[in-house]
Amino acid sequence: MTDATAPALGARLKRPSVVGLFGMLFVGLLLLWLGINLVKAPSDFFEILLIGLTTGCVYALVALGYTLVYGILELINFAHGDVFMLGGMFTITFATSIFNLHAGRGFVAVPIVFAVLILSMLACGLLNAAIEFVAYRPLRGAPRLAPLITAIGVSFIIEDVGLAWKGPNYVTAPDVFPHTKVFSFHGVDYGWNKLIVILITVPVLLALTYLVQRTRQGKAMRATAQDQEAAAIMGINVNRTISFTFLIAGALAGAAGLLYSLYVTTVRFDQGFQLGLIAFTAAVLGGIGNLPGAVFGAVLIGLIQAFNEGLNWHAPGSDWTQSIVFTILILILVFRPEGLLGERTPEGG
Amino acid sequence: MSQPAEAVGLRNQVRAWWKHLPVLERAGVSIGLELLLAVGLFFIDHSLAYAVIACSALYWLRRLPPLPWKLAGQLVLVLAFIVFGVWSLAVVLAIAFAVFWLPPRYRRWALPVVACAVTVLYPFYQDKMFTIPVFGVWPDVATGVYMLVFVMMAVGLNIVVGYAGLLDLGYVAFYATGAYTAAWFASLQFPHTTFHLGAIGIDPHLPGIHVTIWLLLPLAGMITAFFGILIGLPTLRLRGDYLAIVTLGFGEILPQIARNSDNFLGTGFNLTNGPNGITPLDSLGFGNRLSSWTGHVLPANYLQCCNAKVLGHQIQSTDLFFWTAIALLLFTVFCSMRLQFSRLGRAWIAIREDETAAAAMGVPLMRTKTWAYASGAFFGGIAGAYYATFKSATFPGDFFFNISVFILCMVILGGMGNIWGVIVGASFLAYLNQEGLANTGQWINTNVHIGSHHPNLDVPLYASGIYGLIILVVMLFRPEGLIPSRRRAAELHEGVHDEPLYDAAHAGAEA
Repeated sequence: MTDATAPALGARLKRPSVVGLFGMLFVGLLLLWLGINLVKAPSDFFEILLIGLTTGCVYALVALGYTLVYGILELINFAHGDVFMLGGMFTITFATSIFNLHAGRGFVAVPIVFAVLILSMLACGLLNAAIEFVAYRPLRGAPRLAPLITAIGVSFIIEDVGLAWKGPNYVTAPDVFPHTKVFSFHGVDYGWNKLIVILITVPVLLALTYLVQRTRQGKAMRATAQDQEAAAIMGINVNRTISFTFLIAGALAGAAGLLYSLYVTTVRFDQGFQLGLIAFTAAVLGGIGNLPGAVFGAVLIGLIQAFNEGLNWHAPGSDWTQSIVFTILILILVFRPEGLLGERTPEGG
Repeated sequence: MSQPAEAVGLRNQVRAWWKHLPVLERAGVSIGLELLLAVGLFFIDHSLAYAVIACSALYWLRRLPPLPWKLAGQLVLVLAFIVFGVWSLAVVLAIAFAVFWLPPRYRRWALPVVACAVTVLYPFYQDKMFTIPVFGVWPDVATGVYMLVFVMMAVGLNIVVGYAGLLDLGYVAFYATGAYTAAWFASLQFPHTTFHLGAIGIDPHLPGIHVTIWLLLPLAGMITAFFGILIGLPTLRLRGDYLAIVTLGFGEILPQIARNSDNFLGTGFNLTNGPNGITPLDSLGFGNRLSSWTGHVLPANYLQCCNAKVLGHQIQSTDLFFWTAIALLLFTVFCSMRLQFSRLGRAWIAIREDETAAAAMGVPLMRTKTWAYASGAFFGGIAGAYYATFKSATFPGDFFFNISVFILCMVILGGMGNIWGVIVGASFLAYLNQEGLANTGQWINTNVHIGSHHPNLDVPLYASGIYGLIILVVMLFRPEGLIPSRRRAAELHEGVHDEPLYDAAHAGAEA
């Protein structure tokens, strides 16, 4: 039972393990399934691929929030998904109440969407930092499970804030992303609404990479993630750095909330939790604490979800999406907890 | 620590002033504040003001010298309630006072015995009880069954979370397993097989599997425990937060399988009847033979019992379910207490406090943790099976993540690791969930208003947020819960080394 006698990782890799063989067999079958689907209906396949890429982008922004926070505090921030949900609601409120945005306003929508993006990122960032201040900071020295439990509590509270604010039904967002096609190739249509999601995601990701890798504040984040005490000795204000990390994570959730609400055009108070768990799975899949890993995992999960829900030949369908995602989560945590790209704290390296 | 010269800031100054106040003046100030509160509340709801005064009186009575003042005060209080016509409250108080006048070595036994007696007799006096301010009337017996079942589950979860310190966010999976076990083996779900084993109150030629519920309860427990081991074996070597996530994953997958398995894996086999759930289930009962042997003291069938009138109370089938639930709960509590001080229980505590040290002392980590999982799952399974029988139905919609957190909230509120605390916390929260929140909402909507503006809150809608708030507040301000176990409180305040030995994630990344 005890694994005191477990061989070192190197030895384990050389020996062809049963688990590894099964894993390879499974991946092989998966690729075979994808290949048959590709041959049967190529245009459907590529269309679904593009849909998966788009959802993957939204997941990436949420997954980065999980991974940033986990990297610095080793805390699974359950409330993150609900912050994302509130981000969608902020977006809808700002867009409709302040800017009176609705479908068919042409290019006026572009600066408005940017303004709303900034506002909702700011709102979610501040909210996330406030959550950290209220619910996690007092428990810095407590056993590790204590902040995890409060995180669940906060998640439920925020969910009900959304419920009290917007009611139990779907809230509709203005459908401002144009549905005209960027290109149409052998029956594969690529709409502007999908491209816009990627066009907003990529600069945000670049900005985040710049922030973490090149700025003083990013250096402080990386140092705090490596060793809080040593960082404090070197004169880094650890508490402020952690707050800043939560602010960034919340801002990413806000951006994701904007993209999700404008792309899908509906948001409901309880969507954040489910989507948050999917994004968390993505973060674990890529290797939690690893920023490129989170993006990679998110795109992978987005593709898996899209293929599962969209493909025609022997796909389990949307009834099973959640089960599939959680099975991936469990398998990854049990057999490869360091994720596909390896666990890292945000020191990049 | 208590040098007033060092007190900086208003809060500390007030605290220092309070600390150095003579006892009598301190009491005077407190009582004054309480009276002020009562006067304030009087304008909202009269009975609430009386309740505050009564609670204050109860609190200050404790601090009086026992003879003659305390006794006199208690008599006055009881008499006052009799005079005001609140007979039931007077009786409750009289019993409580009587128990606390017993010498400690008797009180230790009298307290649980009286609590049991009061619970068992509850159906007889439920309709004669006083109305509680804000919360309204006392819960009816069906709510009582619900409370008992959830207390049982909380006591089961307490083994995993409280004793062994493993955070389980998917306890609802065990509940579901138990419920579906009962549903499969005691309903019309599988019409192609006909198998009868002691089932009560149904035609012996009815299709489907019909096993007596008495056998199904332990069976459900064992199947669930086996399932717990199955989940536990691969996952228990993960560190705490990863384990929590994995259990959450199982807790989400299982209900989805239940919801989607009316066409099991595309084979057309109806395993769970999908979102419609399995209903009805066979009834609970002792059968005609046993019933006539015992002179109809044991009812033949719980659903067709009720012509007996005892102590002026018509026995209902709900009452029978209530008493059976008490018996099951007593069994659970007994097992849980015996486990706590057994070799296994001490091993759990050792693991919870310091995994590395426990392993060094020869505690087999995996086996001990798996046993914690299995024991917790066992009681969850029994509770699930029993509740499914009581409702005579199982729906996949009953097994949301919310329920897992709800049960976790019970354990946290009551006090992780302390069985009495968990019982109190669980019964209170289960009551809130079933009746309390609705009653509170009603009270708020009738009594609280700003001018002519009534809030019209739908309080039960926000149940999960309220549990979230309870979790947050308890974890921040009193992490050891309302009735803490002394040991757990020390851990939570000092912090423990919970760096796990099986650090699968780090072992992979840093090797």
